[in-house]
Amino acid sequence: MKVSLSGVLRAAAGGAEDIEIEATTIRDLMDRLLDRYPAMQEHVADGGIAVSIDGQIYRDTLGQPIPEGAEVFLLPRLAGG
Amino acid sequence: MDHDTSFTNQTFKTVGTRVNRPDGVDKVTGRARYGADATAPGQLVGLFLRSPHAHAKITKLDVSKAEKIKGVKAVITSADLPDRFGGKGGQYDTLVNCMARDRVLYDGHAVAAVAAIDHATARKALKAIKVSYEVLPHVTDVDEAMAPGAPVVNENVFTSGMDPRPTKPSNVSRISTFGHGDVDVGFAEADVIIEKSFKTEQTHQGYIEPHACLASVGPDGSADLWVTTQGHFTFRTMCSALLGMDMAKLKVTSSEIGGGFGGKTHVWVEPIALALSRKANRPVKVVMTRDEVFRATGPTCSTSMDIKIGAKRDGTITAAQSILRYQNGAFPATWAMMGAMTSFACYDLKNCKSVGYDVLCNRPKVAAYRAPSAPMAAFGVESVVDMVAAEIGMDPVEFRIKNAAKEGTRASYGPTYGPIGIGPTLEAVKNHPHMKAPLGPNQGRGMACGFWFNFGGQTCVDINIGTDGTINLTLGTVDVGGARASMSLICAEELGIPYEQVKANVADTSTLGHNDTTEGSRGTFSSGMATIFAAREAITELKSRAAKMWGIPVEAVEWSEGSATAVGDEHSNLADLSLAEIAAASPGTGGPIAGHNEVVADGAGVSFASHICDVEVDPETGGTKVLRYTVVQDAGKAIHPDYVEGQFQGGAAQGIGWALNEEYIYGDDGRLQNAGFLDYRIPVCSDLPFIDTEILEIPNPNHPYGIRGVGETSIVPPLAAIGNAVSNAAGVRMDHVPMSPPRILKALDDAGQ
Repeated sequence: MKVSLSGVLRAAAGGAEDIEIEATTIRDLMDRLLDRYPAMQEHVADGGIAVSIDGQIYRDTLGQPIPEGAEVFLLPRLAGG
Repeated sequence: MDHDTSFTNQTFKTVGTRVNRPDGVDKVTGRARYGADATAPGQLVGLFLRSPHAHAKITKLDVSKAEKIKGVKAVITSADLPDRFGGKGGQYDTLVNCMARDRVLYDGHAVAAVAAIDHATARKALKAIKVSYEVLPHVTDVDEAMAPGAPVVNENVFTSGMDPRPTKPSNVSRISTFGHGDVDVGFAEADVIIEKSFKTEQTHQGYIEPHACLASVGPDGSADLWVTTQGHFTFRTMCSALLGMDMAKLKVTSSEIGGGFGGKTHVWVEPIALALSRKANRPVKVVMTRDEVFRATGPTCSTSMDIKIGAKRDGTITAAQSILRYQNGAFPATWAMMGAMTSFACYDLKNCKSVGYDVLCNRPKVAAYRAPSAPMAAFGVESVVDMVAAEIGMDPVEFRIKNAAKEGTRASYGPTYGPIGIGPTLEAVKNHPHMKAPLGPNQGRGMACGFWFNFGGQTCVDINIGTDGTINLTLGTVDVGGARASMSLICAEELGIPYEQVKANVADTSTLGHNDTTEGSRGTFSSGMATIFAAREAITELKSRAAKMWGIPVEAVEWSEGSATAVGDEHSNLADLSLAEIAAASPGTGGPIAGHNEVVADGAGVSFASHICDVEVDPETGGTKVLRYTVVQDAGKAIHPDYVEGQFQGGAAQGIGWALNEEYIYGDDGRLQNAGFLDYRIPVCSDLPFIDTEILEIPNPNHPYGIRGVGETSIVPPLAAIGNAVSNAAGVRMDHVPMSPPRILKALDDAGQ
């Protein structure tokens, strides 16, 4: 599965724009991401990482399934006012 | 339990009506209790000593004389606030912001706090505290802070987002890059390229109610905090972490709130009030002065940016680039990153690039302000969009429509959009009578569009049905913009009863599970979802009770219009049972009837708005009068249209103030010069026209009612819409917000007019 990175998350993955990770849920994805790129831990601790699946941004639903062939983006977790 | 949150396109009876607001009578009669309205027996007055310097080392801090003054019950310094975070991270920064440790980082940074029996004694104690400073070089301008040789605000900050990681500290805390395609290729394809730099000054949310709280910590460690806040559960989490308290022992109650707009999502004085109370063993009340609110809470960023857009003569944008520099105050944050993500989100772009530089300065810690970071980026981008349209001779609305993002567009921040509302808002603007109204001399019209993400998050709701059939609806999201009315409407809709039968309350932190802060336009979206599912759970129980009353299987019971109906020919002799009848019988059918739901609401769906503005500029004085203003925004579904229109109007009003007058002014000494509403001028009624609104309802596919948040997007377009209007009226492009009379006169002088 192709996972696209943006912002500071690219630097944490050695500058990669896209990475290949097999995962069926967001929890699965985050576990494998941190295993492979320990530098991501800083961003998880520093406000967190959100996951966009087919254009829908998920911040908290770790159990959210990732359908096969979905467009997956990792974004810094955001908040509003 | 998982629920299907998909949009169902149901027909509404109660939702969408303009019922009376439940807090209205209390607020107009003065019965409503705000942050400063709580009292406790034996309460003390808490006051703060604040730094007069923008940047200085604290070389000596002696509170011994203050502690000996009769009537002084506690004095707090950083020595009373142990570091539980290893000297790094966001919580440590919050601790340092609440009370300076070895250095003060901005004018107004707290150095010490006292609790005394009255104001006079507390003030006397503040004067008795001896502080010696070694003044350090400071920097308050974002561009100067990035220049070589600038004073370093925080020596522990190294630029994030670079590979390899820098080894020298920097005022640039983070560099964030977003975009796709190749802007160099795109600019090479362009017939017209416009590149321009812009600045926006720092503004404050300007909520009328200052921060206030009453803290009471008992000798057993149990504590109460009454506070004006957008998120009392979050305040509990923050305060308990900072002070090493058990969360369960700290009960936080949110007062009525006199405005927040993002500024009341962070703790400022509240942990210190608790620390004072813990030390004094007495309740402590803290009410910030307006001077303190300006100097020591969380305004928005000042910014500096470079925007470049290229287009073909046929109106197709070929490339767009934004370089954004956002001043974060003295602590690292992600405001420029958010500006970079939002800057081109309205458009369908083949090639785009946004780079955000988050920059530290010796100013107060920046907080969220309604769609944080988006208005400033929109000012630059939408100004250049107008300039490009003019250059190719195309109507600015048509130019935007041609390039608007749509379902399937790859957003400039990465993902692909689902169904979105930017196109319909632009079409509505194009067809609005406002666009065809004539303009007089020195008058100009401008329009602009804006984007905001919207969020959901953790929420839970209780519904308890009284034996008379009235409903207690217990919410955990602070009612910032109509939660009690909107949730009551949703509850009434689901149960099939009149709105007046529902009484909504915002519970304290010991009554419900965690609810995220009311921010990110999340309140109606997420609490609405929880209210729907809690009501449906209550209906399940109501049906079960009706089945018991009738002695029939529950499968034979249906619910509609507020009553249980027994279905099937064999039950045709059974008269319907109303909710009130079932509730009255509840003591004998199993006890209280309730519904509950907890949910993590994701899928809030993005939001778009387009604004139109007419202004008249006086070329003699540089003064600007806003003549007419129209907001068009997608609400998904307007639960209570009055509140939705109020959000649209409120965002526009704040944007008008930001665009034309509001500005933090720092002296060369790094001190804030205008920390009061006389010198920092927010708009009053006489400054504003009636703000017309048009609500579009393009359902959010991820909410049963189709709800999208509406609280923030309305502040995104105003800076740009007014900037375009003023530029058209004055005949000169304005590039610096606020467009105050001196700036307009200078722009006219520079243009030789």
